[in-house]
Amino acid sequence: MKGWKEISEGGMIVEPGNSLQYKTGSWRTGKKPFRDEDKCIHCCVCWAYCPDGAIIVENEKIKEINYDYCKGCGICAFECPKKAIEMVSEK
Amino acid sequence: MKTLGLNGDMAVAYAMKQINPDVVAGYPITPQTIAIEKFSEYVADGEVDTEFVATESEHSAMSACIGASAAGGRVITSTASAGLAFMWEMLYVASGTRLPIVMNVMNRALSSPLNIHCDHSDSMGARDSGWIQIHGENVQEAYDNIIQAVKIAELTRLPSMPCFDGFIVSHAVERFNALEDEEVRNFIGKYEPKRTLLDFKNPITMGPVDLTDYYMEHKKQQHEAMKNALNIVKSVGKEFEKLSGRTYDTFESYKLDDAEIAIIVLGSTAGTVREAINKTRSKGIKIGLLKLRLFRPFPRQDIINALKKAKVIAVMDRSDSFGCFGGPLFSEVRNVLYNNSTAEIVNYIYGLGGRDVTIHNIETVFNDCVEISKKREVKEYVTYLGVR
Repeated sequence: MKGWKEISEGGMIVEPGNSLQYKTGSWRTGKKPFRDEDKCIHCCVCWAYCPDGAIIVENEKIKEINYDYCKGCGICAFECPKKAIEMVSEK
Repeated sequence: MKTLGLNGDMAVAYAMKQINPDVVAGYPITPQTIAIEKFSEYVADGEVDTEFVATESEHSAMSACIGASAAGGRVITSTASAGLAFMWEMLYVASGTRLPIVMNVMNRALSSPLNIHCDHSDSMGARDSGWIQIHGENVQEAYDNIIQAVKIAELTRLPSMPCFDGFIVSHAVERFNALEDEEVRNFIGKYEPKRTLLDFKNPITMGPVDLTDYYMEHKKQQHEAMKNALNIVKSVGKEFEKLSGRTYDTFESYKLDDAEIAIIVLGSTAGTVREAINKTRSKGIKIGLLKLRLFRPFPRQDIINALKKAKVIAVMDRSDSFGCFGGPLFSEVRNVLYNNSTAEIVNYIYGLGGRDVTIHNIETVFNDCVEISKKREVKEYVTYLGVR
């Protein structure tokens, strides 16, 4: 961790987009969302609801869940109309 | 150089006109109103280029100043009393974000009971907010301090609060010497902040969340910036002296060199104390004045050096710190003299809510100090001066 002489004054952020370096996936407390490919209809409701942008969509289809930033809140599992997402144990 | 006759508020407005800041956001409160009112006339008459924002409260005024300063503007405002109290939250945002805002405070008592007259409760309450605090005695110093404060704030990247006594200075017309517009503008120079929110080529974020991992490091930066401000205040004072012929340091003394009894004050009361000293000196009592100019950062070493010969020190506080052992200035002075002086140090709380302090009042302080000096015994460390 940097010392007071090495950081910008007043907490000013001088590199735009550096929040990517902050891997909030470590905030999960034991459960992570698991998507069942067979049940998923790619409606993208989970993508729309995810507060962290952790549902990755490519060509209008759900590609994956980015566990680097998923905080494990479970909103995607709650909102999924096909119950295709389940909160499962990390291990 | 030209000689003008204005009251303290109008002298501040006049200095602001010469400074020609980018943004002034303000809200009226007695005894500060005249300054912003007069400045708004300069804006309306096209005498300045300033964007003037009439806000709906002091909290908003300081918020607007913060936004404008973060956007890269040179920003000035002023307030007093409840107005300053209402800004509390934003004072810390200004200093924590390291924005060089200048705000003149025309010191006034705080409610309740409601009182519009002078004491230092307002700015003393803000003493831990990370703002530089400079006290002026009269209209000349009110004018000179705000000009210096612009430079001090920008060099330290700390907000700066020149203060002077409400009504006693703000509403009293005095003769003073003003600099030419060109001299003021050359002295403060062009404001060129390294980074601003409106620099689209170099996008930045100001005021982000700062939790357990870095908050303390940012506070340490403020702590160091405040320490470094001491020399900056001195060097700006020297530079101003070259321009104006008027001397500015962290304090000013009067007959202090050989003084065995020293009295310490902030602001306009210094004049009354000088008169009282002249009367008392004629009786052969070695008494002197230390008029403190810089309250934040507190000039520790200067005070230790200046009071080396003093055997009894009376610290005058124009505000109380209820429940504390004495007023805020007393606490500071005793603190820096701990291990550095054998003097007895006593405290007088005076002039609250504009209560007049007379030469006679000051003489009673001197008499107490003479008694202490003779008997080496203090009856009362903290005294409400002239209270019934």
